[in-house]
Amino acid sequence: MATAEVDQQKKFKWIGTRPVRPDGLDKVRGRANYGADHALPGMIWGKVLRSPHAHARIVSIDTSKAEAMEGVHAVITAADLPEILSEESKIGEGPTNFRDLSHNVIAREKALYHGHAVAAVAATTSAIAQQALEAIQVEYEVLPHVLEGDDAQAPDAPILHDDLFTKGVEPRPTRPSNVASRTEMGRGDAEAGLAKADHVITRSFRTKAVHQGYIEPHAVVATLGEDGRATVWASSQGHFMIRAYCAKLLGMDQSQIKVIPAEIGGGFGGKTTVYLEPLAIALSGKAGRPVKMVMSREEVFRATGPASATRIELRMGCTKDGKLTGAHARLEYEAGAFPGSPVGAAVMTLFAPYDIDGCLAEGYDIVVNKCKVAAYRAPGAPMAAYAVETVVDELAEKCGIDPIEFRLQNASREGTQSAFGPKFKRIGNIETLEAAKAHPHYSAPLGPNQGRGVASGFWFNGGMQSSATVQVADDGTICVVSGNPDIGGSRASLAMMAAEEFGIDVKLVDPQIADTSVVGFSDLTGGSRVTFATGMAVVDACRDVIRQLRERAASIWGIEVDAVKWSDGAARATNGDAGLEPLSLRDIALKAARTGGPISGRASLTARGVGMAFAVHICDVEVDPETGKVDVVRYTTVQDAGRAIHPSYVEGQMQGGAAQGIGWALNEEYIYDADGKMENPGFLDYRMPVASDLPMIDTVIVEVPNPTHPYGVRGVGEVPIVPPIPAVVNAVHAATGVRITELPLSPPRVLAAMDARRN
Amino acid sequence: MNGSGYEAPRTVEETVTLLQQANGAARVLAGGTDLLAQMKMGMTSPALLIDVKKIPELASIEQTADGGFRIGAAVCGAALAEHAALVAAWPGIVEAARLIGSEQIQGRASLGGNLCNGSPAADSVPALIAAGATCTIAGPGGTRSVAVEDVITAPGKTCLATGELVVDFRLPPRPDGSDARAAKAGDAYLRMIPRSEMDIAIVGAGVSLTLDEAGVCTAARVGLGAVAATPLRVDAAAAALIGTTLDDAALAAAGEAASAAARPIDDKRGTIAYRKQVAGVLTRRAAKIALARAGGNG
Ligand SMILES: Cc1cc2nc3c(=O)[nH]c(=O)nc-3n(C[C@H](O)[C@H](O)[C@H](O)COP(=O)(O)OP(=O)(O)OC[C@H]3O[C@@H](n4cnc5c(N)ncnc54)[C@H](O)[C@@H]3O)c2cc1C
Repeated sequence: MATAEVDQQKKFKWIGTRPVRPDGLDKVRGRANYGADHALPGMIWGKVLRSPHAHARIVSIDTSKAEAMEGVHAVITAADLPEILSEESKIGEGPTNFRDLSHNVIAREKALYHGHAVAAVAATTSAIAQQALEAIQVEYEVLPHVLEGDDAQAPDAPILHDDLFTKGVEPRPTRPSNVASRTEMGRGDAEAGLAKADHVITRSFRTKAVHQGYIEPHAVVATLGEDGRATVWASSQGHFMIRAYCAKLLGMDQSQIKVIPAEIGGGFGGKTTVYLEPLAIALSGKAGRPVKMVMSREEVFRATGPASATRIELRMGCTKDGKLTGAHARLEYEAGAFPGSPVGAAVMTLFAPYDIDGCLAEGYDIVVNKCKVAAYRAPGAPMAAYAVETVVDELAEKCGIDPIEFRLQNASREGTQSAFGPKFKRIGNIETLEAAKAHPHYSAPLGPNQGRGVASGFWFNGGMQSSATVQVADDGTICVVSGNPDIGGSRASLAMMAAEEFGIDVKLVDPQIADTSVVGFSDLTGGSRVTFATGMAVVDACRDVIRQLRERAASIWGIEVDAVKWSDGAARATNGDAGLEPLSLRDIALKAARTGGPISGRASLTARGVGMAFAVHICDVEVDPETGKVDVVRYTTVQDAGRAIHPSYVEGQMQGGAAQGIGWALNEEYIYDADGKMENPGFLDYRMPVASDLPMIDTVIVEVPNPTHPYGVRGVGEVPIVPPIPAVVNAVHAATGVRITELPLSPPRVLAAMDARRN
Repeated sequence: MNGSGYEAPRTVEETVTLLQQANGAARVLAGGTDLLAQMKMGMTSPALLIDVKKIPELASIEQTADGGFRIGAAVCGAALAEHAALVAAWPGIVEAARLIGSEQIQGRASLGGNLCNGSPAADSVPALIAAGATCTIAGPGGTRSVAVEDVITAPGKTCLATGELVVDFRLPPRPDGSDARAAKAGDAYLRMIPRSEMDIAIVGAGVSLTLDEAGVCTAARVGLGAVAATPLRVDAAAAALIGTTLDDAALAAAGEAASAAARPIDDKRGTIAYRKQVAGVLTRRAAKIALARAGGNG
């Protein structure tokens, strides 16, 4: 990769400042166009018929009545989509198999969860589409279902997929299983390490499926013309992902599909796959009209991907003076109806903050008759951190050592051999712990019924592929074009990096997100990678332009390009050639037509040198001793951002991750009835925190620059959701004396635990 | 949501006629914060909506000659809070009504709608029961007065017959406490929700008390929400308070009586055990607040 390094100590003009975000005004004025805002002439409405059973064979589907209805333009079932062979995708955030993806988009042969799509219609109004759904006759043969990971492993459990044999076990199983795979990772000898320990804690944890809680339900408009070309407007975390997935699922070439990204109203990992898009294209092809599909909130809950429910068994041990010696974890993650939970990432990350002599984590990916899970911010890590960080808290307590001090004593640092492979490069684990320890919050007095908890978190962050082009207008302003939907303020950060490179005012930089036909391939917005990786592409593209600007100046001056440097927004002759006034970006742009034509630069890269992220959270709770209600009364997040390009958006990520993690800890859970129907598919009973539930979440940005990024960036979006669950649970323990090993810490559960301790 | 017919009559009589003519196909529309949401969810699609907010009796609050209050059934929560005399006399009712929804909902949601929606968890209902409120029901056969605790008969069901509507709520007079030696009164409502707002009560408890000049409780009423198929009036809890100064033993006894009276179900919002236990806790706490409001030694 071409990117040269920037002097990390350099004083910056824009990096680290807080200009107004370029997308801000449109968003607060309601002008921003989200997925559901798009409309086309002649557009009709698509709706999905969903399975009322958690597990059923589809005997037959009779669509004739629906098709005959006035106003109905198309009805599709799985028969209208090609059969897809089993093949692993390399595009999305987690492992995806195209055949499974196809079957998740629309059920073929079997419906595997309540809410699974079985047919779709397009009609002139959504009311007619709704009536048409009711006219479709599906004959089901209801099968026994299995809803919990434990039950799915029982010898007599109903099997979801006859061709699913547990991967990663020897010898290769001969009977199909709901356990899709086993993975393990570790270093040293875990059992020997545990044997050396003076204190060993063994605990079993359970967590429920939780939702990302993005505000905007999935929405799409698609057209498929007679020429076989499709255009798709959709809100997602990656329009190249949509293009690739739709092409695969519909048997099209990627060049036949153009995907235009809408503004995105939140994703958090939940929009890293497709649900409606292939159906909308297929309906449009059949109807000969543009088709719009928008999920209801209920559909989002019933049929899109939450984070896995989990069961984790953990043993960890340390010496009496607090040295961690051994750890062993068994992690079972529910994948929903198709394999692909993020248990692999959990196995890799859970011990990362610690230098443990011997550790081993075994992960099991388990299918159940519930909707297929999707990525959710640091996929897999928060549940694993819940286990590890609460047990670390308990070990610290046993040793009589302050919990941050205990973590410092055992912290992984530069050169530590990680359990997941590489030796850590420059990381900010220690710096983050020290900043937390020094923060006034950590030593502030507590009131009655209050307690304080701390927890650490780790996330790798992603690199992957990104592209950018940078265009110079003839008035010397800049357009930065990238292919990543902006879910966290990345347009602002990309514009600032460009302004820094050129040495011009950030207001002169217009950051745009272009469709799949305009900019080079870019992996999706996920893995906290955009400011890091797409930022690198933007910097490279800027440097490409700067090289051309120097060449143009050299030709204007008639000197060698090597004698021209770029600084402070202008080309300058380095040899002090007398009388050569610097040529600004604008000067050169004005003369572009006569010096070789328009100036633009581009870069496409696979970003290497990802900067891993650590965070420490401090949480104070107050627990009502008579009702079990937990109130978070003070919360501080401390995080290594590498370098905060736009600190407000780094803080926003830290606060947002903390808020989501607190919700996960306290009240959020998918509740199913015995038939596998979700009982709380709405924000009334799926209880995310509301604004008044949370205190101001304080932020401390630690900056240990990532040496391989031109501006030192580490991803910041995901690690803030890793520590909150254990920080809250440890605080509840400090306040009440009870250690709760099952989420959520809803008032009934907390009260029952306190009562059990009191009696 | 279907394109329903809409009428906005100016009198109770017209409303009764419209309701009668529609013969069950019409629904009264007050703030619409329950009704419109239910229509959007496809739970109901009435042929006619009768907006009652333009009927003077339903849209006004007044102090009655006996010193009590008459609250129009369609008055919204925000308007209750702006009525200083009502807030002074019945802070518990106003705080219960004010818990409903958010600021936006408060501009619409009414006591009549909260009651007639028939939810066992309706927040204002236990407070109204504790207050000893009655409601005036108008219908084809004239008007009748019914105690609030007798209106909801099952979840989503009321004692209202076709053609009937709730016109207003009547609150009894309160000792005004102007004289330090006279009797005083206070009421309070508390609910348990896992969040701080925008949630449905897992348990709600309303308590209203009257104290004599010596601080002894001479009258008490207790209402509970979300612990049975309908909101409950719990006389045993009230009896535990009457004749006491609300010392710890009396409060504990009232709490136990409330827990014992609760007949909740296990559901996604809470367990039987939890609801029974917390019914006692909230009754005790609400009684203490009511006591403090009555100027007792809480
Ligand atoms: C976001 C949100 C939050 C909410 N939070 C709460 C909460 O915290 N606590 C709570 O208790 N409720 C809550 N609710 C429910 C609702 O707001 C309340 O029940 C409210 O008091 C209903 O009053 P309304 O005037 O809007 O009733 P409407 O919706 O107009 O009517 C409700 C029902 O009562 C009938 N009705 C109304 N007035 C009369 C009358 N005078 N005579 C006969 N029938 C009548 C209607 O036909 C309808 O069936 C919430 C609702 C929303 C949307």
